[in-house]
Amino acid sequence: MNIFERNLEDPKRFKLIKKIFYITLVVIALAEIAVVYVFHLGHGHFRFENLPAFGSIYGFISCVLIIVISKFIGHLWLMKKEDYYD
Amino acid sequence: MINWIHPGLLLILGALLIPLIKGKAKKICMVALPAAALIDCVLMSPGAYGVVHFLNYNLVFGRVDRLSLIFSYVFSIMAVIGIVYSLHVEDDSQHVAALTYIGGALGVTFAGDFLTLFIFWELMAFSSVFLVWLKRSKESIAAGFRYLLVHIFGGLSLLGGIVIHYAQTGSIEFNSMMPYAGGLAFYLIMIGFILNAAVPPLGAWLADAYPEATVTGAVFMTAFTTKSAVYVLIRGFPGTELLVWLGAIMAIYGVVFAVLENDARRLLAYHIISQVGYMVCGVGIGTEMALNGSSAHAFAHILYKGLLFMGAGAVMQMTGKRKLTEMGGIYKTMPVTMVLYMIGGFSISAVPLFSGFVSKSMVVSAAGETHRQAIFLMLTLASAGTFLHTGLKLPYYMFFGKDSGIRTKEPPKNMLIAMGIASFLCIFIGVFPNALYSVLPFPVEYVPYTAQHVMATMGLLSFTALGFFMLLKQLDPELTISIDTDWFYRKGAKAFMWLTNKPIANIEYNFIGEIYEFIVQKPIMKIAEILKLFDTEVVDGTVNGIGKGTVRWSRVMQFMQSGQVQQYALIMAAGVIAIIAMVVMYF
Repeated sequence: MNIFERNLEDPKRFKLIKKIFYITLVVIALAEIAVVYVFHLGHGHFRFENLPAFGSIYGFISCVLIIVISKFIGHLWLMKKEDYYD
Repeated sequence: MINWIHPGLLLILGALLIPLIKGKAKKICMVALPAAALIDCVLMSPGAYGVVHFLNYNLVFGRVDRLSLIFSYVFSIMAVIGIVYSLHVEDDSQHVAALTYIGGALGVTFAGDFLTLFIFWELMAFSSVFLVWLKRSKESIAAGFRYLLVHIFGGLSLLGGIVIHYAQTGSIEFNSMMPYAGGLAFYLIMIGFILNAAVPPLGAWLADAYPEATVTGAVFMTAFTTKSAVYVLIRGFPGTELLVWLGAIMAIYGVVFAVLENDARRLLAYHIISQVGYMVCGVGIGTEMALNGSSAHAFAHILYKGLLFMGAGAVMQMTGKRKLTEMGGIYKTMPVTMVLYMIGGFSISAVPLFSGFVSKSMVVSAAGETHRQAIFLMLTLASAGTFLHTGLKLPYYMFFGKDSGIRTKEPPKNMLIAMGIASFLCIFIGVFPNALYSVLPFPVEYVPYTAQHVMATMGLLSFTALGFFMLLKQLDPELTISIDTDWFYRKGAKAFMWLTNKPIANIEYNFIGEIYEFIVQKPIMKIAEILKLFDTEVVDGTVNGIGKGTVRWSRVMQFMQSGQVQQYALIMAAGVIAIIAMVVMYF
């Protein structure tokens, strides 16, 4: 059993990892806001970059859009059975 | 005195030695060749070398400047890594093909004129196709032929452009094509270049062929064809507005197809297209920062993409599986491969302290500096997509996910060492970006590690991860393939074959054949019959008649030719009497 297995296969430890993941998300989003609004280090090229937690929000939206739209186009049109070209 | 050795020729000629030697010496030679090429490149100083007068042209084999140097560095570094990765392969032809291919890429990099460029350009296509064919499966042979045909098309477009360019300007020097923007030569040469850069709709060959290549061959292929195309685009087409948009669309295009993909290496291939999109976009923006960004990203990309293909290839080699639906739980038996793969995954995703972070952001920032909002947002969205697939989806379904029950072991040591070298460089560039920045074509003022950039990137990536885990069920790979623009020639070829085998063959047999029979064959038969009749009745009849007459006459003559002397004497006496009678009667 390697170190990854010990942590991922044990439900208790896996729960802890999940918790750490969610806490990290919150910390990162808050830190992103703090950089612009507390430390005034925001000097992006566009105004929208200085919106609160722009990176986090845009990342989440991008991810969801990519998955949903790609799968939609895929099922509608692009995805074919594996023997399509045979 | 030789003051310049062409590193490409070194590899191409050196490759010929490999089949001649055996055992340890062969392995030493395999590593020594690209290592020598690397040292050769590092020791080079800017200038023009290897100028050959040929007919009326000046062929320049060695244009050495900062732009060609940075590409030559990374090409030869990747050559060393790739060769180490394939040391265990007992197939000389693969090694020869790989080294010739890299030699071609270095030849393109140092080519100062279009003719030299074209020769090495074609050499790359014709040597790399063997890396596909040498997998020796039915699929790879077919994919190899498609790959070759597409590249021949691109090569012909390039050649056509070169010829027109020469006719118009009288020069074959390869410099910026921007003074000739809008002309036919400009576009033909650009089509040749962007086809090799896998820009859609001309890029389907990449995702078609790379996953069909050998495990080690694919590692080489990821590095050289598209990136040498990026190099010639930087050289020839900086600031072409069309490329800004093609690049940004390309970045998203690759991401969309990666969502749908089930084949591990094909998913990675689509992310080559996506990543090269950033570089093409940077070429289009064309500012010093953007061109620096394209060069830096090409440098970083070659290393992390090689690493990712090495990781996926190692899994493929050890498990014999290539589809994500058949993998899962492999981290239990291949943890080292998994960690090394993840370093590549973090690098391509531009996680801070990994190489992609310091290179990709230069292109994105260049889009910002030139006030291109839409491009900025498209490239940032594609960044989220990159992490989503290469950093999350692929490793999740390959290494973690539902346990497939496959129990295997780590790949051969040389494969791990090669991955280790690439991983080290990915982190080194991420931590010490100035090492890379110092060799870029233009002076760098860009600072990647600002508080806002780091935090915005961390936010982008971690919330992408959140989205991934929330929509995990949606992302389950499916047993499908996706149609790309290769549909046109794959189905097109099928349609063509159907057209020839069915309608055209039918028309030939049933229509044209009938008509032919009616207006040509039948009259000829009729005439022939008449001629036959003439032959049998007239010609034969005459000949036979003469024969029969002769026989009859002979029978009559038989009586006179009895062979008895008394009879002959009697006939002679009768004759004499007859003559005497005639004489007497006459007088």
